[in-house]
Amino acid sequence: MAERAEPVLPVRTGWPLLPVLRRMAAMPLRDPFAFTGLLIYVLFVLVALFADQLAPIDPLEILFTKAGKLAANVPPSLDFPLGTTNLGRDIYAQLVHGTRSALAVGLSAAIIVAIVGTVVGLVAGYFGGMADAVLMRIADMALSLPFLPFVIVLTGFLGASTSNIVLAVALLLWPNSARVIRSQVLTLRERAYVEAARVTGASSWRILFVHIAPNILPLSFVYAAIAIGWAIITEASVSFLGFGDSESVSWGYMLQDAFSSQALSRGQYAWFVPPGVCIILVVVAGFFLSRGYEEVFMPRLRGR
Amino acid sequence: MILEVDGLKIHYSTRAGAVRAVDGASFAVPEGRIVGLVGESGCGKTTAVRAIMGVLAENGRRAGGRVVFKGQAIDEATTRKLLWRDIAYVPQSAMSSLDPVYTVGAQLVEVLTKRGNASRSTARARAAELFDLVGLSESRLADYPHQFSGGMRQRAAIAMALALNPSLLLADEPVTALDVIVQRQILDMLRDLQQRLRLSMVLVTHDISVVAYLCDEVVVMYAGQVIESGPVREVLARPRHPYTMGLRNAFPDLMSDALELVPIGGSPPDLSDPPPGCRFAPRCPFVLAACTTSAALIAAAGKQTHASACLRDDEADSLRKAAMDPATWQRSSNFAMS
Amino acid sequence: MATLVELRDVVKHFPVARSLGEVVRGAHPAVRALDGVSFDVGSGDAVAIVGESGCGKTTLGRLMLKLVEPTAGSIAFDGTPLAGLAGEGLRHFRRQAQLVFQNPFDALNPRFTIYRAVAEPLLNAGIDKAEHMDRVASAFRRVHLPDLDRYLDKYPHQLSGGQLQRVVLARALVLAPRFLVADEPVSMLDVSVRAGILALMREVRDSMGLSAVYISHDLALVRYLCERTLVMYLGCIVEDGPTEEIVRRPRHPYSQALVAAVPVPDADQSRAPLPISGNVPDAREPPSGCRFRDRCPRAMAHCAEETPLLRPIADGHRVACHLDLA
Repeated sequence: MAERAEPVLPVRTGWPLLPVLRRMAAMPLRDPFAFTGLLIYVLFVLVALFADQLAPIDPLEILFTKAGKLAANVPPSLDFPLGTTNLGRDIYAQLVHGTRSALAVGLSAAIIVAIVGTVVGLVAGYFGGMADAVLMRIADMALSLPFLPFVIVLTGFLGASTSNIVLAVALLLWPNSARVIRSQVLTLRERAYVEAARVTGASSWRILFVHIAPNILPLSFVYAAIAIGWAIITEASVSFLGFGDSESVSWGYMLQDAFSSQALSRGQYAWFVPPGVCIILVVVAGFFLSRGYEEVFMPRLRGR
Repeated sequence: MILEVDGLKIHYSTRAGAVRAVDGASFAVPEGRIVGLVGESGCGKTTAVRAIMGVLAENGRRAGGRVVFKGQAIDEATTRKLLWRDIAYVPQSAMSSLDPVYTVGAQLVEVLTKRGNASRSTARARAAELFDLVGLSESRLADYPHQFSGGMRQRAAIAMALALNPSLLLADEPVTALDVIVQRQILDMLRDLQQRLRLSMVLVTHDISVVAYLCDEVVVMYAGQVIESGPVREVLARPRHPYTMGLRNAFPDLMSDALELVPIGGSPPDLSDPPPGCRFAPRCPFVLAACTTSAALIAAAGKQTHASACLRDDEADSLRKAAMDPATWQRSSNFAMS
Repeated sequence: MATLVELRDVVKHFPVARSLGEVVRGAHPAVRALDGVSFDVGSGDAVAIVGESGCGKTTLGRLMLKLVEPTAGSIAFDGTPLAGLAGEGLRHFRRQAQLVFQNPFDALNPRFTIYRAVAEPLLNAGIDKAEHMDRVASAFRRVHLPDLDRYLDKYPHQLSGGQLQRVVLARALVLAPRFLVADEPVSMLDVSVRAGILALMREVRDSMGLSAVYISHDLALVRYLCERTLVMYLGCIVEDGPTEEIVRRPRHPYSQALVAAVPVPDADQSRAPLPISGNVPDAREPPSGCRFRDRCPRAMAHCAEETPLLRPIADGHRVACHLDLA
């Protein structure tokens, strides 16, 4: 057989991480639900980014009517698209600015959960032994704590700031992803190509990051997407119960405010329905996205 | 003939289009005989058998042909109802299809009571009988599947298949996953069953040595079609189709003096877009121009003679001689690497 | 002929989870996968290890590549014991001893391109990137996949079983090893493809002067590759000799049963009952003395008392049996 000249190909030699990321980025284009979820997120991100332009009023500023009276409980009008609270604050402004708080909470919690859960899952699953035992027992402890009460207690100790709420949420949510990722790593560890890597001299760390991590990345994304929703709801619940950050406006804060001023019995729907709907939308968007990633991870779930 | 398959066509609908997994297969099973259905992966043998049983995957459907069992034409609807009792099926890896949370005896009894409408006491007695038939000790009825070895689980799966006294047993790769000594024991057991119960059998396998050991007739499939069929002795000693000849050469024979294994170059065709004419033509060392435009198909079922789907069937003897020379195959190996 | 791999009294026990009763009794049940295996692989030899599942052949292969540590006994490669190897010494060993896997579909990371998969050993060994393409190309040539552009950018799922197994072989050869362990290298391939891969392995062995160990349950296949065969049963070698001898005139009763059990593509083959009874015993509690005695048609009283050792009965042919088998 004739020998050929060396091929001059742009041969891909990189880490398989890029193709994996590419596939994950492309996923919403194939899945209509995930696409909807992504759209919702994008919408909210834009709102958060352009909050100042969309609602140039300070959400906590107490407003007065032209007559000099407190603009309390004003029904929706052109000046106040969603009306005002009973303390004269613009509800629409609160909603728009609350988006920032919601996304900040959701995204930071998601990132922490994803990173911690993945790293713990990888280490516990691959190295086993003492590391595995210790990490999993810590995970068990975290799982046995009741969610909301713990968040409330922690914010009570550390102060009721948004970052503390994020911390508390992350502390309780990482074990879920860690455990699932760990069991996936246990399976992957036995695969022939991992053994092949060992035989050809790869170090454990190399195997972990090059062979195993890319295969579980979709799982990390699944849990991250779920964590966004959880975090936002938790923050809303905590604020609603009155333990939230009183300095910044969030949707939960709005709900709490509306509740305590008896907006429901007064029929002031424009106050509490919008934030409630926003929370639902963000959580559902997170769910759709996580469902889409689950299918990237397990193609068998894809419908025929 | 207890079973006649005539021009069977099974198509799977996939995103990439229809895959013609079985495209005009014809063969017959004489009563009380064991027929080996042999071929490599993707040739359609498992699909054909599942179609006969009516257990195709959701996206599979019969696109043509007839299946006649005991003189009656059957289709998907009739198969399910009537035939778990009269035709039994032991699927691939039946050993792992035993439910791990129930004892094997309990599963056997369930088949007998639910499908066979027997009373519990009759069922229990029959279960013991079945175990004896397949060479398992009665005391093992109370054991769980994980307590059985691979060979024993396969025997149990066969016992379950025989529970309702079928006249025909369809077994898909029943010994592939087993060690060679256990394999031999299971094959001997199947032969014994055939003689004692006058059971007819279709044995699907890729291993022609197993077919040579156990079967009376053999049907060779390639790319969804039957390309040769006939008595085992005949087909193995004097194959008439180039593929069978090539397969013979590729199969190691422990007892022969030859120390040369000759591969068949190339690979089987894509069944979503099969080539026109004979499907083996791209790999055949004896191909003629006519082979790529028209194919010979095995005549309808019912013939017991040795049939081959090759346009050059009348030259079979001289082709066979040429096929025994490795050089013939090496020339066609250059088509493509398998 | 220089000895490349040397095994002496290698023992491997896998501890099994203990029940409470066993903990109390102080018992340590274990699966006795290998119990005292000794043999040599000479430079350039091709040795087959044959046996049924549970005989320990796969464990033996992994031990020879230091993927698993022995419970007792010693393994040496080119004079150096494997036991203490670490760091640079270990990396050096890994370059010289490679493994060919049973399942080609699983032996390659599905997310790597073919090029990346075959170049991985080069990365691990710290070979300069500039040399990678050359070495990969030459490995591909050896396995008769010369059209590199057709394969390098593809993913495993786009190749057939036969092509994949050639890629797996290429990966094993890219560092030019001296020793190859092949674990059932063709059992997952179609019959017509097997022949090609076996012929390739024979050719590669000859052209590269490799020493190789082939692990298989299929006696008929190893005949094509190996001049020497070890027959194993329940963790022990029962017969070690020239392959043709073992196939034509097996001496050990287990070898005889094994050879008799292999079907051949001949409709007139013998269907006589096998000279063996019962099932493989539990590897946690093998029979005392000779492990085969409860299935052996010619067992004597002595067989239960003393474990037979491998003793030579002819030149290059050893058998572990109390019977007089010369």
